[in-house]
Amino acid sequence: METLYAITVGTLTACSVYLILRARSFPIVIGLTMLSYAVNLFLFSSGRLVIDQVPIIGAGEPYTDPLPQALVLTAIVIGFAMTAYSIILAVRVRGEFGSDEVNEPNYQAEQEDKR
Amino acid sequence: MLSQHLAILPLLIPLFAALLQLFPWGNNPQFYRRIIGLVSCSLLIIVSVTLLLQVNSTTLVYAVGNWQAPYGIVLVVDRLAAMMVLLTALLALPVLIFGCYGEDNLGSHFHALFQFQLLGILGAFLTGDLFNLFVFFEVLLISSYALLMHGGGKQKLRATLHYVLLNLAGSALFLISLGILYGITGTLNMADMAMKVSTLTGDDAAIARSGGLLLLIVSGLKAALLPLYFWLPQAYATTTGTVAALFAIMTKVGIYAIIRVFTLIFGADAGLAAGLGYDWLWWLGLATLAVGGLGVLGSRDLRLAIAYLVVISVGTMLTTFSMGNDRAISGVLFYLLHSTLVTGALFLLADVIAAQRGKTASRIIKGRKLAQHAALGLLFFVAAITVIGMPPLSGFVSKLFILEAARTGAQVALLWPLVLFSTFLGMIALSRAGSRMFWHTLPGKPADISHPRGQLATIAVLLLGAIALTIFAQPVSDFTTAIADDLSQPERYIEAVLQLTGGDHE
Repeated sequence: METLYAITVGTLTACSVYLILRARSFPIVIGLTMLSYAVNLFLFSSGRLVIDQVPIIGAGEPYTDPLPQALVLTAIVIGFAMTAYSIILAVRVRGEFGSDEVNEPNYQAEQEDKR
Repeated sequence: MLSQHLAILPLLIPLFAALLQLFPWGNNPQFYRRIIGLVSCSLLIIVSVTLLLQVNSTTLVYAVGNWQAPYGIVLVVDRLAAMMVLLTALLALPVLIFGCYGEDNLGSHFHALFQFQLLGILGAFLTGDLFNLFVFFEVLLISSYALLMHGGGKQKLRATLHYVLLNLAGSALFLISLGILYGITGTLNMADMAMKVSTLTGDDAAIARSGGLLLLIVSGLKAALLPLYFWLPQAYATTTGTVAALFAIMTKVGIYAIIRVFTLIFGADAGLAAGLGYDWLWWLGLATLAVGGLGVLGSRDLRLAIAYLVVISVGTMLTTFSMGNDRAISGVLFYLLHSTLVTGALFLLADVIAAQRGKTASRIIKGRKLAQHAALGLLFFVAAITVIGMPPLSGFVSKLFILEAARTGAQVALLWPLVLFSTFLGMIALSRAGSRMFWHTLPGKPADISHPRGQLATIAVLLLGAIALTIFAQPVSDFTTAIADDLSQPERYIEAVLQLTGGDHE
């Protein structure tokens, strides 16, 4: 189970890094969302993977750690809000500049011309 | 009753102020919102002074919800945290007053965002829990995303997009490093983690080190260390003066996180993980200094030049910190106080200058004479010699402390030339900017936009802070030396957090 879990997290991270490096705002937002999934899974595993146990000490010997679950919950909430904000920002940039490239190559030159 | 909850007041005040400001306040809401914001900032100053006086004798530990230390979340107010809280409060009030002269009308909910920003910054300084640090980082980032867009405009949009995307990636790295550290040590409380890290052996220590280095990357991103500083100049140069001035404290949050984590958890007593990251900080800090110096010289816009001065200050502080001795840390903290106040003043000043020059704005070219030529010229002169580090003001004193802290030959050989050379470049850039803007003005009648005296007075107050830092350099440096002494003995912090927690709360 650990191997499968590790491969999943690794694949998700690798895909997200590829998408983030695309330098276009939409793939970057998708990439960041994937990265946050990978991070959430990773955080979850930091309490060790235990199956079928309650998160209470004393109820059974191998108990599952409740803290990472709380951390993941916090991270999900924050990540969700941030994804929404970055999508709106990306749409605005697309609307204002007419391109979804994060670094428009001609942009600097354009500004120089205006001066 | 109030005194035992003193430690959490710096968080509750801005939180409740922000919530109150969000209410619909009738036909003229801005008036009430301003009053609430100003009251909140004034209260913050009073509370932080009280805190500072208290923690001079004992470290305050506040267990939130009275859950004991390694399990619950604690707020820890030691000398360092109290100093940073006071600095934030002292910066926030003049900046907010400046903003109340009309800049707050440029976008909705400026005041609430300002208070949430303060909440995040103060929370990051006060918390004793690593995950809580992440949460407060997010609070300050989320409000800074919105504040950066304050006033709108194309250029801000792109700078904000860069800033948001970079910081989202940074937050993901922060969570990964927290996961690693929690997985190895089984705790998130900084004091507890410091104890656990020092006993690690073998592979566990190696994994903890990689977690620590990830944390360094994240803090480096917030602090704008060399390979991660590219977001800063554009973001700071395009946003409004008020926001940029408030952001003068933001890079310091990253520096605070580095100082806290790498003295407490990965300090000299950390066993196999001891002294983690110091080499990286030394070389990257030096490179940041050099690049910042070139950036200042190459800027054709006053705001951009000031943003690069922030980069220089980050390089100076992190390089000096990495030398690790008591005098170096004391020097860093003194420099931190000085640079926050003076860059805040400079950003506000650049805003005023840009507004009065009209079309040429803050670009460093010949332009119209300013309406309040003499007053602005004087303020710019004082701010410039302070930030450059010319005698006699605080910049000079703090650079002296930093240069004195270099001990070995190698440190002197690298730190002295780079600090002095970047000082020299800053001097060239700012004197060029000053002479173009104030002396080589176009003939004809001066600009007709003038600013109220009160608004200029807020800039003067920030500069007076820098001057006061020069006059009271001895007591302030005594205090920073005491902080450095505390930081070099993390067991004091650990004992305070793990044993005294909540004892007298019943």
